[in-house]
Amino acid sequence: MRITCPICGTRDRREFYYQGAAEALHRPDPEAGEDAWDAYLHLRDNPAGRTQDLWYHEAGCGCWLVVDRDTVTHEIYGATLVEARHAD
Amino acid sequence: MRFSGLRVLREGLTGNKGWVPHWRDPEPKSEYDIVIIGGGGHGLATAYYLAREHGLTNIAVLEKGYLGGGNVGRNTTIVRANYFLPGNSEFYSHSLKLWEGLEHELNYNVMHSQRGLINLFHSDGQRDAFARRGNAMINQGDDAILLDREGVREHLPYLNFDSGRFPIHGGLYHPRGGTARHDAVAWGYARGADSRGVDLIQNCEVTGIDTEGGRVTGVQTTRGAIKAKKVGIVVAGRSGQVAAMAGMRLPIESHVLQAFVTEGLKPCIDHVVSFGMGHFYISQSDKGGLVFGGDLDMYASYAQRGNLPLTEHVMEAAMTLMPMIGKAKVRRSWGGIMDMTPDGSPIIDRTGIEGLYIDCGWCYGGFKAVPGSGFAFAHLIAQDRPHDSAARFRLDRFRDGVGLMDEEGTGAQHNLH
Repeated sequence: MRITCPICGTRDRREFYYQGAAEALHRPDPEAGEDAWDAYLHLRDNPAGRTQDLWYHEAGCGCWLVVDRDTVTHEIYGATLVEARHAD
Repeated sequence: MRFSGLRVLREGLTGNKGWVPHWRDPEPKSEYDIVIIGGGGHGLATAYYLAREHGLTNIAVLEKGYLGGGNVGRNTTIVRANYFLPGNSEFYSHSLKLWEGLEHELNYNVMHSQRGLINLFHSDGQRDAFARRGNAMINQGDDAILLDREGVREHLPYLNFDSGRFPIHGGLYHPRGGTARHDAVAWGYARGADSRGVDLIQNCEVTGIDTEGGRVTGVQTTRGAIKAKKVGIVVAGRSGQVAAMAGMRLPIESHVLQAFVTEGLKPCIDHVVSFGMGHFYISQSDKGGLVFGGDLDMYASYAQRGNLPLTEHVMEAAMTLMPMIGKAKVRRSWGGIMDMTPDGSPIIDRTGIEGLYIDCGWCYGGFKAVPGSGFAFAHLIAQDRPHDSAARFRLDRFRDGVGLMDEEGTGAQHNLH
């Protein structure tokens, strides 16, 4: 499995640390209540198919990436910088 | 049909013409008291114990493929009760006791072999932790013996004791641990359930879960609608997809765990050996193949195959621990899909929907749990209250943080187990 980092180019999976579903980017308001926080921290769609998750380019540029990939085929469609998303 | 040595002898002398299928292949009825979704080890055991312990037999087990074709056929067959934390400790202890009586009870040879399991340690700190774990196991009524370096050498003389990074200081020996023939466990429970009247329905994929006023009423399947008063979801590996049919999101992320088998060798590894610091464990099957594996690939996956970096890591660990197996050829490898929960412990509980129950989140430890899980899930479904051995496997423990069971002590968070 190889991931194309927007800064470094295509690199081996070993350079990346996997964090989990990109849902982690949507942090609820501190006062959002137990349901929202439980959903954010624990509950997952966990799709069999296309998904977006967070990878850290640990042995490369050190950027956090949102990787668009398929959990059934391991195909990687692309990756974007988390930073760029937050600038939107 | 009862199996016995005499029967095997007679069949052998008469051309093996007297054997009959071990279970029926019934058409699904339009209605059952209980529908179990998932014909794997846990689902079949659940159906068996519903019939045997609770006298309930108007039951269907719905399996989308063939019986035992999922994770019960994709594991490394280890059976043990060496857990530390309350909750896990009593559950796996109970499960091991069920294993020990299983073959007589089912009249089925599941090849349960209590060859002993040794967890190696490599530092003073790790020795302390293992001594404590061993004491917890003994307190639970199970067996544990702390071996020093020479004690390990008596059992496992072939290990590399002096590797630079992880010299072997000793091991925690669990004599009642061992292995079993994974497929036979599913088949034995299937036969036991079928003979008590449970309908085992294969090639029947559940496509929807019907509810009415917060109560489950049945399921939609590729072989038609089936009404049911109670429905149990026990489909670890695909729990999220089935739970979503009932509008639920689970505290589960699916990961792939790889395993490997070599060509058949003469008996050389008599125990189950685990080398936790190298993420490696191994045993030898009765056919002679070395069966071994490592850690998760560590990314969400349903691919049933892993990637090469983890394969390389496992092979390196194998060569570090036991250089003698370096010439064995790896014949097969596979990946199983693990329901990973945030704390690494399972879930057996009611859901927010009346009559709908779920058994999931077995992480990478589901095989040894098959009898205990089936027993506890059957109790929950039949009596609508948890069995004592599994009372702490609550679905909502993450929400309130009460009763988390984090055996590894790494934190109750996705991606840390």
